[in-house]
Amino acid sequence: MTIGLGHYLSVGAMLFTLGILGIFLNRKNIIVILMSIELILLAVNINLVAFSTFLGDIVGQVFALLVLTVAAAETAIGLAVLVVYFRNRGSIAVEDVNLMKG
Amino acid sequence: MSFESAGYPLLPVLPELVLAAGAMVLLLLGAYRGQQTTRLVTGLAICLLVLAGGLELLLPAGKLTTFAGGFIVDDFARFLKILTLIGSVATLVLSAEYLADPSRQIFEYSILVLLSTLGMMVLISAGDLIMLYLGLELMSLALYVVAASNRDNVRSTEAGLKYFVLGALSSGMLLYGASLIYGFTGTVSFAGIAAATKAGTGIGIVFGLVFLLAGLCFKVSAVPFHMWTPDVYEGAPTPVTAFFASAPKVAAMAVFTRATLTAFPGILLQWQQIVVFVAIASMVLGSFAAIGQKNIKRLMAYSSIGHMGFALVGLAAGTPEGAQGVLVYVAIYVSMTLGSFAVILTMKRNGQHVENISDFAGLSRTNPLLAFVFAMLLFSLAGIPPLAGFFAKFYVFVAAIKAGLFTLAVIGVLASVVGAFYYLTIIKVMYFDEPLVRLDPMRIELRTVLAVAGLFNIFFFVYPGPLVSVATAAAKSLF
Repeated sequence: MTIGLGHYLSVGAMLFTLGILGIFLNRKNIIVILMSIELILLAVNINLVAFSTFLGDIVGQVFALLVLTVAAAETAIGLAVLVVYFRNRGSIAVEDVNLMKG
Repeated sequence: MSFESAGYPLLPVLPELVLAAGAMVLLLLGAYRGQQTTRLVTGLAICLLVLAGGLELLLPAGKLTTFAGGFIVDDFARFLKILTLIGSVATLVLSAEYLADPSRQIFEYSILVLLSTLGMMVLISAGDLIMLYLGLELMSLALYVVAASNRDNVRSTEAGLKYFVLGALSSGMLLYGASLIYGFTGTVSFAGIAAATKAGTGIGIVFGLVFLLAGLCFKVSAVPFHMWTPDVYEGAPTPVTAFFASAPKVAAMAVFTRATLTAFPGILLQWQQIVVFVAIASMVLGSFAAIGQKNIKRLMAYSSIGHMGFALVGLAAGTPEGAQGVLVYVAIYVSMTLGSFAVILTMKRNGQHVENISDFAGLSRTNPLLAFVFAMLLFSLAGIPPLAGFFAKFYVFVAAIKAGLFTLAVIGVLASVVGAFYYLTIIKVMYFDEPLVRLDPMRIELRTVLAVAGLFNIFFFVYPGPLVSVATAAAKSLF
């Protein structure tokens, strides 16, 4: 069996779904949410690189590199905000993020 | 017309380059001189924003592009960039008091606002999906930090955390959509996507479009992606809330308009349904959910959700008139919001900020002028003629009716009637309730912002020509 574009896209879609579910079904702590966000971005990168290869177009890989860079910055900021929050609240459990009700 | 051939490939990004370099210089200045430079850095940041605005206006007229079409400067971009810069400058002016607090000498605040503004300018000029993503992230990453800038306050940090988690989720969805659009059209540039979707579309592109619009809806805080707005608005420090409600909304609305109108004109019917749904849901939720609010910042959050819904009515039309309506709407919305936040920032009693609507009680007797201007701004937010807010709504509804979207226009008008109720409640509290203890005197910079916003809103009807004609020219440059 040859591995085609569809297979890569399926992996990407699965990772993306796992990431989304990880955010919404997770009742434990916020670190898991950060990991789920990484998973989403990885799914996007798999998509981009697969498309880039099958289209024979380099732009997708450039896009993937930029996504990687921005994802690193995003995680750094997320962790920084999380540390500040932990200092004030003393907990990073998801159910404790409830001072304001939306 | 391309400036790349003229030997100045970077000319169109000059204002952004100046802003980026200036922000770095200010960061170094702050790092070397320590926290006592907060005032100086804020002042220089304001100068830098004004300089960037001046450079933007001095750029040659017409459509300039660079980075292989990834960065576009046209009348649309100029109009919205100037508006964004006005919003950012006003925010920094409104923040003066917040930054003057000796326990909170954070020079990074102004630099983060600068970087966020830089992201917005890139976003407004984005001509392909990569630039859109980079601009969006530059804007959002700075905003996450600004929301949590009151580091010792648990509400502020919680606001930052919530904003971060939901913001990162939305950029993930936007990116997933972008990757699908790239894959199924083979290009990331808006012009290329427009060419590829001219003949029609497959399921892949529609799928990608839905994810892309979901990400953008989050940034303009349109229903069903509005959940973060009330919490973040309430938790963040008030000047930061004023910032969130003004400049980033302009930038997000700009990229929403540009992406849908220039990249997907061929599949108008597909995205029009989505935008119509989002607009109706935002207008209705913004009107009804605000009724029960006691906190003025939460109320402003629902108000901004509703207003974004009204602006999307113009976009749903998908015509040059609709785009013009969107531009007029965001311009007037920014002025109303900044004015209202200047009033909210004045709400101090014995040096403590008060945020409940009941704290406005009897304002008409303790400070009649302030109460009058605030009442005018609220009438304007409600869309009562002859104030500016009425014209904003008028243009988007006319565009929707001309495009045949009668249901949308009727629901919009009904929603604005319901919305008027909660604005009038505040006016009732100000004029007919027994006064409480006197408020602290108003600071000069708040007075300036309030005076400009108030005069603009009250006297807009006398001379609406300039704004409307500039917006018309800006909207034309998209088609």
